[in-house]
Amino acid sequence: MSKRVVSIIVFPGSNCDRDLEIAVRNHMNVKTEYIWHNETNLKNKEMIFIPGGFSFGDYLRSGALATKSPAIKEVIRLSKKGVPIIGICNGFQILTECNLLEGSLIDNYNQLFICKECFLRVENSESMFSSNLNKSVVKFPIAHAQGNFYTSKDDLKRLEDNNQVIFRYSSEKGRVSKISNPNGSLNNIAGIINKEKNVLGLMPHPERAVDSLNDRDGIKFFNGLKNFI
Amino acid sequence: MKKLSKKIIEEHGLTEKEFSLIKNILNRDPNLLELGIFSVMWSEHCSYKSTKKWLKTLPTRGRRIICGPGENAGIIDIGDNDAIVFKMESHNHPSFIEPYQGAATGVGGIMRDVFTMGARPIANLNSLRFGSPKHSKTKHLLSGVVKGIGDYGNCVGIPTVGGECSFHESYNNNILVNAMCVGLVKKDKIFYSTAKGNGNPIIYVGSKTGRDGIHGATMASAEFDETSNENRPQVQVGDPFMEKLLLESCQELMKENAIIAIQDMGAAGLTSSSFEMASKGSCGVKLFLERVPCREENMTPYEMMLSETQERMLMIVKPSKVKLTLNIFKKWGLEAVEIGLITNTGNMEMFFKNKLVGNLPIKPLADSSPEYDRPSVKPKLKKKKRNYKNLSIEEALIKIISSPNHSSKAWVYNQYDRSVMCDTILSSEQGDAAVVRVHNSNKAISITCDCNPVFCKSNPLLGASIGVAESWRNLIASGAEPIAITDNLNFGNPEKKEIMYQIKQSIKGIKIACEALNYPVVSGNVSLYNETKKKSIFPTPVIGGVGLIKNINHAKGFKMNEGDKIYLVGESSGHLELSEYNMMCNNFEGYPPSLNLKKELKNGLFVQKFIQKYNNVVSGCHDISEGGIILALAELAISNKKGLKIQSKKSLKELKKWLFCEDQSRYLLIIKSDEEIVRYAKIKKIKIKKIANVVGESFTVTNRFDIPVKKLINYNNKWFKKFLDK
Repeated sequence: MSKRVVSIIVFPGSNCDRDLEIAVRNHMNVKTEYIWHNETNLKNKEMIFIPGGFSFGDYLRSGALATKSPAIKEVIRLSKKGVPIIGICNGFQILTECNLLEGSLIDNYNQLFICKECFLRVENSESMFSSNLNKSVVKFPIAHAQGNFYTSKDDLKRLEDNNQVIFRYSSEKGRVSKISNPNGSLNNIAGIINKEKNVLGLMPHPERAVDSLNDRDGIKFFNGLKNFI
Repeated sequence: MKKLSKKIIEEHGLTEKEFSLIKNILNRDPNLLELGIFSVMWSEHCSYKSTKKWLKTLPTRGRRIICGPGENAGIIDIGDNDAIVFKMESHNHPSFIEPYQGAATGVGGIMRDVFTMGARPIANLNSLRFGSPKHSKTKHLLSGVVKGIGDYGNCVGIPTVGGECSFHESYNNNILVNAMCVGLVKKDKIFYSTAKGNGNPIIYVGSKTGRDGIHGATMASAEFDETSNENRPQVQVGDPFMEKLLLESCQELMKENAIIAIQDMGAAGLTSSSFEMASKGSCGVKLFLERVPCREENMTPYEMMLSETQERMLMIVKPSKVKLTLNIFKKWGLEAVEIGLITNTGNMEMFFKNKLVGNLPIKPLADSSPEYDRPSVKPKLKKKKRNYKNLSIEEALIKIISSPNHSSKAWVYNQYDRSVMCDTILSSEQGDAAVVRVHNSNKAISITCDCNPVFCKSNPLLGASIGVAESWRNLIASGAEPIAITDNLNFGNPEKKEIMYQIKQSIKGIKIACEALNYPVVSGNVSLYNETKKKSIFPTPVIGGVGLIKNINHAKGFKMNEGDKIYLVGESSGHLELSEYNMMCNNFEGYPPSLNLKKELKNGLFVQKFIQKYNNVVSGCHDISEGGIILALAELAISNKKGLKIQSKKSLKELKKWLFCEDQSRYLLIIKSDEEIVRYAKIKKIKIKKIANVVGESFTVTNRFDIPVKKLINYNNKWFKKFLDK
C-alpha cells in the first residue's frame, strides 16, 4: 500500500464518510484519515475529500453552515496551493457555498428528494479526475434534494467554454436530453471543476458504485485518482 | 392537597375503576403529576391492557432468538457473533393530524429503539395505508408521509429499502404509518434497559424538553372525531440531525464500557423510560426535575414527565464514567445532564427545587396495570348487492397494473435513499424482499412487510395467518432462511365486541402460522382505536419478517434473462373470491383462499433448498400473491423490460381462473435449464409446471392475447404521476 494519505473531512451530519473511506482505501490503494470538522491543521495535504450527508443538518441551506468550520478554512487555503479537492453530493454543495466552485445547487425541479441510478457522460477526460474514464458513460447513483445546478448565463457559458463541465446526466448511450436530466440542472450538469482544475464537485456518488454486487464504474473513478496523489 | 375532579380524571383517559385501583395502590389520592403518570403508563399504548392476555400466547422462542418481546426491540442470532435487532412501530394518529412530522418522528422513534440496544441501524422499511385516492385528504397525506419518512431516514443516512403502500377507503380518516427498523450489533455488545446499582447516576441526553406531545400516548389510545385537529400541538416535531448526533455519540460511548442501562424516551417520554428501566431492575429512582434541560420557560414537573419531545435518551452509567460520558456528548454538541440516581427504595421520587412533588411505588404501578379480557363477538359481514362486471383477461390485467395499489411505486421509493451505506443488494421493488448485506461479510439479511387487510376483514384468523405465510414466502423467494417476525397490530376500538373479535382472531392466526412455520415473534406494537366517527379501519396486522442469507450469491430478486424458463411451484385451485380480479369486477364478497401450512412449509423448503443447491441455474424468484400468476408474471416482465410467453391449454374460463386465482403457497422460479428442477421436484414430490418462457418484447398469453411490454410499463407508470400532478 502507498504511504500516501487521503483526508476525509467529517462534519456532524456527514453520512457518506464511511462509504467513501472504504472506496478510497480499496480502490486508490492509500491510507485514509478522517478529519473532524473543527480541526485547524491538516497533517496530510495530498488529497482531500468532502463526503455526502447533511452537514449540520443542512440547516439554513445545504452546505452553508459547514463553510464556517475551521477545517473548511484550511481546505480553502490548501486549494489555492493546488491540492486536489473532491466534494461529493453535500461536499459539492459545500464547495459551491464556499466559492471554491461556481454556481449553486438548488431544489430539484420537482421539489423532492431523488434517489436513483443515473448515467453520466464524461465530458472532459483531460482533467485529472476523469482521465481514467476517457470519454465514456458511467453509472453512479444520485441521492439528493438539492442537486439542481444553477448559475448565471454568463458563468454557464464560461464553464462550458473552459471545459469545466466534467459529468453530464445522459442516457445509457450518452445522449444528453431533458429526459435524462433527473433534477433540472442547467445543461444537465452533474459535476464541474474550478478554473485551476484542482477542485471537483459532483452530485452523483461514485463511492456507491464500487461493489461486485452492484455497479462498478466507481472503481475506475477512484483508480484514476491514484496517479495524482 | 386539592382533590382531583371527576372531569380531570376523565380527561386523563382513566376509568373510575382504574382510579380506585390507583387509590388502593397509593393508599391515598394521587396528585395531578401522579395522575398524569398513571394515565400514560396505563394507557393502551404503554400497557397493552386490551391485548396483553392474547399477546402472551404468541410463540417467542427459538434457536436463533436472543431477545424476545419486552425490550426496546427483538434480537436474533445470525452467526459469527452477529445479531440483528428489529422492531416495527405505528405512528398512525400523529401522521393523520400532521403527516410530515408524524411519519418522520415515527421513523426516528423506531430507529432509537434499535440503536438504544447497541445496534447500528442498517435498513428502514415501512407499511403505509392511505384512504381512497378519491378522498380529499389522501393526496396531501400521501405526499406528507412519504416526504416525512424520506427526509428523516435520508438525513440520518440509513437506507429505506422497502415496504408497502396501498389505498383503501377504510383508511379514509385514519391512515396507517408503520415504520420498521433493522440494526446490526455484535452479540457480546448488546445493551439492555435494566437499571442496576444503588447510587448510579441517571444521565439525560439529547433535545431539550418542550411542551410537545404531552399526552401523545393517551391520544394514541382514543378515537378520533371532528375536533382531532385540535390535537395538533400533541404531535411531536422531528429533528433527524439531532438523531444522527445521538446515534453517533451513543455508538462512541458504547465502546467505552460506561453504560449500565439505556433506553430512549419514546411514547410517554421521561415517565415511561424511567419507570420501565427501574421496574425491570426492581430498583428505585430519584429524579431532580429542575435539572431537566427545558426548551420553554416555566415548565412544570407534570409537563416534563409527560412531554414527548423527540430525540432524547436516558441512561444509567457507571459513576466513574460520568465525566467521560459527558465529554463524548460534548464533542457531538449534545446537552447531557445528570438528572437523578438509582435508589433501593423501589419508589419513583420526583423532586422539583428541593420539594418532593411526586412519589410512586414502581413495581405495583407496572405490575398491577390493568389487563382486560374484553368481550368479543363475531361480526356479521354485510352482503351488498352489486352488479358484477366481467372483464377479459387483458382488460383485467391492465386494470390491475394501472390501479393505485399495483402501479409502480417509483414516485414513493425514489424519495428514499436506498443506496447509502453501500450494502443494499436489493430494495423491495427489485424482489419479494429487500436484501441488505451484513457489512464486510458474505452474508445478508432479507426483510419484508406484509398484510392483506381485505382477507383479514373477511376472516381475521385466516387473513392474519396468510399475512405471516406471505411474509415467510417472500423471504424464501429472496433466497433466505426466515427467522422471526415483528408484528404491528392495527385495529379499531377494542371496547367494541366486533373489533375485539378481530383482535383475538388475528392474534390466534399469527400464532398458528408462526408455530407451524417455526417463525417466532420477537417484538411488536399494538395500535388500537383506529377509528373516526365510529368507523373502524379494516383489521391490519402487519408482519415484518427477517431472514438470513448465508451466502450472498443466493440472494434472489426479479431478475430474468432471455431464454430463461418460468416454473410454477405449488397448486392452483382457482380461488377467485377476494382476489384482485374480483375486486376489479366490483365483486367484494367471499372468503380468503385456504391456507395449508404443511404445504406452505413443504413448498417453501423446496424452493429454499433448490436455490441453495442449484444456485447457478436460478436467475430469480417471485412469490404469487395479490393478482395471481398473471400479475406476478407481468411484474417480472415490467421489472426486466423483457417479453414472456405464457403457455396453457386450458379453456378460456379455466385459463382466467388459473391466471388470476390467489391460492396460497405458490412461487415462480426463473430458471436457466429444465433438468435440475424437474429432477429435484420429483425427488421431493413437489408439484411444478413450466408455464412461461422469457422471450422477445411482448407479454403473450398463449394464443389469447399479446401486448408489448413497453405498453405494460406505460400503464404501470401512469397512476402516481397523474394523481400527484392533479
